[in-house]
Amino acid sequence: MNHIGPVAAPPPEGGAAGPDLGELLRRAGRADEAAFARLYDATAARVFGLALRVVRDPTQAEEVTQEAYLEIWRTASRYEPERGSPIGWLLMIAHRTAVDRVRSAEAASRRDTTYHQQNQPVDHDATAEAAQTSLEVRRVRGAMAALTEVQREAVGLAFLGGYTHTEVATMLDLPVGTAKTRIRDGLIRLRDALGVHS
Amino acid sequence: MTSPHEFHAMTGAYAVDALDELERAAFERHLADCPDCRAEVAGLRETAALLAETVATEPPAALRDRVLTGIGTVRPLPPEVRSTTRPPHRRLRLLAAAAAAVVLAGAGAAVWQQPWEDGTTQGPTVAQQVLDAPDAQSTSLDFQGGASATVTHSDSLDKAVIVTSKMPPPPEGKVYQLWLDQPGEGMVSAGLMPVERDQTVVLDGAAGTATAAGITVEPEGGSPEPTTDPIALFDFGRSG
Repeated sequence: MNHIGPVAAPPPEGGAAGPDLGELLRRAGRADEAAFARLYDATAARVFGLALRVVRDPTQAEEVTQEAYLEIWRTASRYEPERGSPIGWLLMIAHRTAVDRVRSAEAASRRDTTYHQQNQPVDHDATAEAAQTSLEVRRVRGAMAALTEVQREAVGLAFLGGYTHTEVATMLDLPVGTAKTRIRDGLIRLRDALGVHS
Repeated sequence: MTSPHEFHAMTGAYAVDALDELERAAFERHLADCPDCRAEVAGLRETAALLAETVATEPPAALRDRVLTGIGTVRPLPPEVRSTTRPPHRRLRLLAAAAAAVVLAGAGAAVWQQPWEDGTTQGPTVAQQVLDAPDAQSTSLDFQGGASATVTHSDSLDKAVIVTSKMPPPPEGKVYQLWLDQPGEGMVSAGLMPVERDQTVVLDGAAGTATAAGITVEPEGGSPEPTTDPIALFDFGRSG
């Protein structure tokens, strides 16, 4: 996928010539295991990568990924196209599963990861980058770079870090209540820069 | 408490799961009545999904096998049928799987020595009558940590009583709420449990028609319907 220039249609979901995730999801909802396997193949890197980013521990990230896919399989028939794209729905389930995992673990013992450790690049990022510095990834990185620093950090800590807006406020020395505004502002700016329409 | 304006500022935090549990519940109630917020959340969620592209990482091949083997043991839900209300019984059965923290100890196994007098001496209390009823049936559950609870229901008296022992207090700001599963209605609130380790509480509502009783952890003041999976379910042993 190295054509550059105006893209008439939104980028296909699975990358170039990716499968139709909506169709795979519909068939998975009818207990079609082969369709579900294709859905997994087309999305697992994003689901696992997000889980890994949030929970950090590879073993736990695998557990979160497995749990999320079982939930996707179980509830595929409840997916409503009018409420979002298939990948958006999958990642929402994956993200919530990951966040639930870190927050319940935290209730027992606070994570000792500091904000700076959080931002250290880790090996898998380099691998991911080498594997696919697709146009899409570069586009998203560019849009992230165009945010204000506070917006970028707030969005990153909330979504990729899995922290609550209250925790984000403390980490960034913002008054409680303003982090959620920064998260929203940042996401809106990204949305507009990336041309996402709901 | 929270104004619509304040809710509107939460769309981003909600879209990336950055609200705490209580804020999330409150925002979702708002979302049900606010098409603007729904549209904004949808767009911000799609945006967040694009961020996941930047951290994509191939999972180990063994994970694929585990996932694909795993789905063989999970039954996909049927599509939601909009024209009818959701069958409450199915919901209860699903939730039952989540009540994994409890161990079924068998009906009527426990002997209860706790005092259940309510301070009066005007003959047996309602609770006492239920517990002594000829048709009383009990289900006991043991919790981790040594706590236990028994629900006794009497169809002739149309009442159910829960007796608890060594119950830990609910989390800060939460309460234990009781429910009766009524055919055609689903989980109907049967009142809140006072915060004490050893309790005897008569459930509100018609236990004679209910198929099960449950306990959930709810925000202070209780909820009109369960917002969390039950920590305990007591099946009344009626078929269907």
